[in-house]
Order: sequence, then C-alpha cells, then structure tokens
Amino acid sequence: MKGFKFVPAGTKIPFIGFRYISLALSIFMLVASAGLFFTKGLNYGIDFLGGTTIEIKTLDGPADLTKLRSTVGSLGLGDVQLQTFGAPDEVLIKIQAQTGGDGNAQSSIDAVKAALAVSNGDQIEYRAVEVVGPTVSGELVTDSIIAVCLAIGAVLLYIWVRFEWQFSVAAVVALVHDVAITIGFFSLLQLDFNISIIAALLTIVGYSLNDTVVVFDRVREFLRKYKKMDMTELLDLSINSTLSRTILTSVTTLIALLSLVIFGGEVIKGLSLAMIWGVIIGTYSSVFVASPILLALGVKRDWSKNKVTSEATNP
Amino acid sequence: MLHFSVWKTTLILLVSMAGALFTLPNLLSDEQAQNLPSFMPSNKLHLGLDLKGGSHLLLQVQIGVIITERMEATKDDIRSSLREKKIGYTGLKVADQSVTLKVRDAIQMEDALIAIKGLSQPVTTSLLQGASVRDIVVTQTSDTAITVALSDEERISRVKSAVLQSIEILRRRIDELGTTEPTIQPQGDDRILVQVPGVEPDALKNIIGKTAKLTFHEVDSRTDPNGIIPGDSFVLPDIENKAQLYVLKKRAILTGENLVDAQAGFSQQTSEAIVSFKFDTAGAKKFGNYTASHVGEPFAIVLDNEVISAPRINEAIRGGSGQISGNFTVEGANELSILLRAGALPAPLDILEERSVGPSLGADSVEAGKIASIVGVVGVVLFILFSYGLFGLFANIALMINLLLIFGVLSLLQATLTLPGIAGIVLTIGMAVDANVLIFERIREEARNGKSPIAAIETGYNRALTTILDANITTFIAAAILFYLGTGPVKGFAVTLSIGIITSVFTAFVVTRLLVSVWIRRKRPKSIPI
Repeated sequence: MKGFKFVPAGTKIPFIGFRYISLALSIFMLVASAGLFFTKGLNYGIDFLGGTTIEIKTLDGPADLTKLRSTVGSLGLGDVQLQTFGAPDEVLIKIQAQTGGDGNAQSSIDAVKAALAVSNGDQIEYRAVEVVGPTVSGELVTDSIIAVCLAIGAVLLYIWVRFEWQFSVAAVVALVHDVAITIGFFSLLQLDFNISIIAALLTIVGYSLNDTVVVFDRVREFLRKYKKMDMTELLDLSINSTLSRTILTSVTTLIALLSLVIFGGEVIKGLSLAMIWGVIIGTYSSVFVASPILLALGVKRDWSKNKVTSEATNP
Repeated sequence: MLHFSVWKTTLILLVSMAGALFTLPNLLSDEQAQNLPSFMPSNKLHLGLDLKGGSHLLLQVQIGVIITERMEATKDDIRSSLREKKIGYTGLKVADQSVTLKVRDAIQMEDALIAIKGLSQPVTTSLLQGASVRDIVVTQTSDTAITVALSDEERISRVKSAVLQSIEILRRRIDELGTTEPTIQPQGDDRILVQVPGVEPDALKNIIGKTAKLTFHEVDSRTDPNGIIPGDSFVLPDIENKAQLYVLKKRAILTGENLVDAQAGFSQQTSEAIVSFKFDTAGAKKFGNYTASHVGEPFAIVLDNEVISAPRINEAIRGGSGQISGNFTVEGANELSILLRAGALPAPLDILEERSVGPSLGADSVEAGKIASIVGVVGVVLFILFSYGLFGLFANIALMINLLLIFGVLSLLQATLTLPGIAGIVLTIGMAVDANVLIFERIREEARNGKSPIAAIETGYNRALTTILDANITTFIAAAILFYLGTGPVKGFAVTLSIGIITSVFTAFVVTRLLVSVWIRRKRPKSIPI
C-alpha cells in the first residue's frame, strides 16, 4: 500500500523570487487591514464592549424578526441588534452596554423578558443569556492585549534561544503580520469579535510559528550542510523540501476546521473561521514573509565549529 | 531509534491502555460506570456549563457598604468616648468612607487625639507586623479637624472576611436549591465566582441577589412620614406598596442573627402562604419582653430596607416562634425561608458578569460537537491513509490512541470539557498528524537520496525530532498563555489544546515508531511503501 504524493518530489519553485510580489501583497493586506480597522472598526462582542446577548428560540415556527425588533427596540435600551442564529427560529438579541454601572444590565434583561412575554406569550425559550458589565469588559480588553503581546514576546524569546536573532525577528514579523491581517479579516466581514477570537488569535500565533519553525529548522540544517550555497537558493531549497509537509499539514488542519465550521454550531463558528483564515495566512507568511525577511536580515554563515562536528559525527 | 527494549514496549502499551481505561467510563451510562470494579477508574469527563446548561455569575461584594458600616460603628465609639472624656466636638459624621469631626476647643485637640487613638485595635490577620498595625488611622487635618479612616490592613482584612462570609452564606443558599456540584469560589480581592449547573439564572439571581438582612423595629405611628423625622428614627417603604411609608425606630428590637430556623408554610386560619420562624433563647427572651410591654402597638418586620409586614401585637409572644404573613406567593415564602435560614450577606453583591446556557442549547452543542469531531476525525484519517498508505495506517492508529489519551487525561484530571474545548480537540487532531507528516516526509526524502529502508526511517525519525519539538513547544507556549488568561469556555480550549499537544507528540513520535519497528522486524522490507 503506497501513498499518493500530492506534491511531487524535488519541486524547484522559486518562492524567494516572488518576494517582491508577495511583499506588495502583504503590504496591501496590511494597509487594507489597518484601513478597515480604523474606518469600519471591529464588530466587538459584549466581551469587550459590555452589554447583553440573549439567545432565544421561538417555539411557534420561524421568528418574526421585524416584530421582535420593534418589541425589543421600543424598550429604550439603546442600540439593539437582532439576527437569526443558525436556524430561522433561533434569534440572537444583542443589547448595548447600559450606562450607570453593573446593575443596569440586569434590569435590561428583565425588561426584554417582560416585553417578550407580552408579545409572544410562552412561545419563547431562553437558550442562553450573557451579560458582561463594564468592569469585566474593560479587564477582558486589557487581558487580551496582554495575552497576545505576551504570547508573541514568549515565542520571540524561544526562537531567539533556539535559533539566531535574525530567525527570531523574521518569525515574529510574520506573526504580527498574521495577527494584523486576521484582525483585518474580521473587520472586513464584520464578524463578532469576542474573547474566543482572542483564543483563535493565540492559536494562530502557535500554528503560524509552527510552520515557520519547520522551514527555519530546514534552513538551519542546510546552512550547515551547504556552506557555499547562495542564500536565495538555500531558502528556496528549504521551502521546497518542506513544501509537501506544509501543504499536507495545512490540509489536515483545514479538514478538521471545516468540519467544525459546518457541523460545530453557531457558538464556535467565529473561532473556527478565524482559525481557518489563520491557517491559510500562517502558511502563506511562513513561506512568503518569514523567509524573505530572513534573506533581508542576512544570517551568520559560519556556525560554531563544535555544532558542525558533533552533527557530522552523528550517524 | 528503531530498537525498543521489552520494558519500553511494555511501557508504551501500558500508557496506551491506561488512556483507554480512563476513557472507558465516558462510554458507559452513569449506572454502569458506578458498577465498574473498584480498581478501575470511574470518573467521567466534566462537562462545562456551555454543554451541560447552567449559570455562571461573577459577583462583586459592595465594599463601600462594608466600609461605611464599619465607619458608622467607629463614629458611635468616638461619640461615646469623647462624651465620656468631656471633650466638645461638632460635625461628627461619616463621609467618603472616613469619619470627620471638629473639636470645639483647639486646646482639647491633644486629648481628643489620644481618646480616639485609644479606640484603635490591632489588626489580627496581619501575620508579619503582628500587633504593630492598628485598624484605624487618625489624622489631624487642621487646628481643630480630625479625620479617622481605616488602615489599609484593616480594609483588606474586612474585605477578605466579607468575601469568605458571603461565600459561606451563598453556599448555604445554593445548597437549598438541591443542585449538584455548585462552584463557589473567591476571585481576585473582592469577587466571587458562582457556577451552578442545571439552574435557571433567574432562580439563582433571586436567591443570591438579596442581602436578606432581617430586622424587627418599633413603629412610630405618631410621626408623619413626610414630616420632620426625629434623629433616632428613619422612614422605610412597604415592600408591595412603595407609596406607603413607615416611620421606624433605628434601633432594631431583634435581627436575623437571632433566628435559628425559618420554614415556609400555610396559615391555618387564612390558608395563605407564610414563613414561620424560631428565635434562639436570647432572641426569644428579648422578643417576649418587648411584646409584653408593647401590646396593642404595631412593629415592623424589615427585609433589606423594605417593610414586609407590620402586624399589631395582640398579646405577649413568648416561646420564641412567630410567623410572617405578607401577601406571599408560595415561591416567595419558600425563597424567604431559604434566605432566612442561610443568613444575611455582609453586603449586597453586584453581578459583574452573567453567562447562562439553557439545557436545550447545551444538548445541541454536545450533539454538534460530536458530529463535528467524528466528521473531522474521519476526514483526517482518510486523507492520511490516502497520502501515506501503510504508514498512514500507522499514523491513524497513533491518532486513535492519541484521542484515547486526550479523553483519558481529561477524565483523570477531571478537567472541564467545553464547546471550544471540543474545537481544541478537533484542531489537535488536524495538527497532531503534523508530527507524522514531518517524519514521513523526511523518510521519503532520505529514501529518495538512496538510503536503505531502515536507514531512511532511522534518519527520518532522528532528524524530524528537533523540528517536532520546536514546532510543538511554540504552540504549547501560546496555549499556556491562553490558559492563564482565559475563563470558562476559552480556558477549556486551552486545556484540550495543551493536553493534545503533549499526547500527540508522544503518539506521533513514540507509538508510530514502535509500530514501524515491529513492521520492519516482521516483514524485512526491501523498499518503503510511502
């Protein structure tokens, strides 16, 4: 039983040769992300803005959004958004943060429940209620920023210890690139940006780095092996020889993630979508961002003699 | 690399079997799991609130109330102390969590300071400084003005004890709901996390949202509630009809602390819902004496600053039991009896965050998670089989063992499985094969470079190891940070991701290597089918 090779052996794709095109593409995506972020902004969830979400199910058939909207909208709770959530009889009601302290969000739920009891009687099932007060949402914003920065800092340090500083910088630039463009992706599609998206961002950090490390490991190996090879050629060789792995791993991860998007339900759709995007952009960046940066920074070619000899004596 | 000693092989098999053994209870019904022989593990996975349904509340103790109450007491102490020492003062009041006053005659300032400082007590909970830390800080702010505030240590100790006391009261109240495994724990300095599976948030909020401070007061029927109120009295509204006001004496006849029991029931005469209660001995005596000397007058039963009932005393009530009838519904009477039995909270609690999931959404999520996992696993397994043939089979066996290990470890640690946690497992499945892909690709490469099968496999595993470790450690760092940051469901994601990374490195690197080595010994292959 022999396997099927999705990527033929010995490909010689001049990835590094595409670096100006990829540079243009990356800059375009980064600028677009920044532009979207500052104009359109993110569709922040209640985790970060504070507020209330109420997920209801109408037991008497598909929900009448217009009617529900006018019922809930007339309560004077400020900005209220309603949307179906996975099925026509499931509705997510999102109410903006109420002014005047943590207690007022609670009374907003009571008001909605009372109004819906009048308009729909007992044909409403409350599937989930989330209330995040201003205190907690403020802390979640800080904690999230700290976590993402901490994660990037920690891996910067790890790569620095394991490789040279040039590798570390290249990997982290690729990471920041991935995180920034993922945020742009969320701004473009106006997907709910909540705490589970931060979880996705951190996983993307891990995944993207995983990819970059695999390529860099190979670069390091070839640097020792082919001492005279041109750096561009060496990087191309490294990327090509890990290409099959890069693609296979991306495909298996995408299979798993697609299954989550399609079958996993609305609650984790955002998380799964973010990660799918992250896998794509992470794979792109390890080939087209991290490696060209490594080329631009230049690496020390004479690795310490000890390492080379110990490697050589290893059977 | 391909040689496995007997003990190593045994160890690998044992670990894999342990994974299966710890996963097993999850496949059985509760009853079957309990009937397993005692040497076998019977712990099931802990489902998070998002899968089981239930309520999560993050509460904050209103510190201001506690400090103000404490300062009121200090104010009274200061008043009696200054009176006793015959020191004239004006404007004694509590403002901004401290007591301020002015000494009439600046000459008496020294005496006043000494008198007030004499009231201070050592803070008992301060471990290091011992008795040197006092509970109040007295500062002279001008020739005649004095400010008294709590010391930081006293403040911290007050908050701490209020949180612990609140937790104790909450536990008693929530236990009355008859739920299983509520989580009630302190968070940060002044917060309490309450997680109760299977309970509607409204029911929960009803019983934790009330301070339940019960007091009995003398009613001053002669004073007009809208007129001038004497200094020793205050005005409170009726719980039902807020327009009806009562003038009450500030000094409580009795408080809820004197209660030993409270039960909901029905009045024998009117058959309406009532709450009957019983005082302790001291309370019974006080209440008996009071009612004996106030026959014909009304008294008020006050709960959280609202009058629930103001009955007239028909005769002296001795024996220490009584009942409250205040237009209760049956649930209302039941709730009040629970609150009275559990006791009063030291201060009101604010709800900072609420996340509740109904049982139907929880069940839907479990179902969705199951289907997504199965489809994901089957997809990955088929793809790997297609890509690597026989070696793909080895990788898939490793993947199955990996799943058993993940579920086994989760059951063993009694970690909480949430919906994002399931996503973490599915993601791990996708990423777990990465290690095998790295190895197999390397073997392909080495074989292409003309190495013999065994040499190619040896080198493949050897060379891939550092890459696998580097790649997984970086993901692990991110997962660990997420665990530190996250709460609830997101934390569940970090947990499964971290466990999955560790188990997948083990299965991909060790288990497949064992399978490959057994295969090589049996078949002595001339080429590698990869």
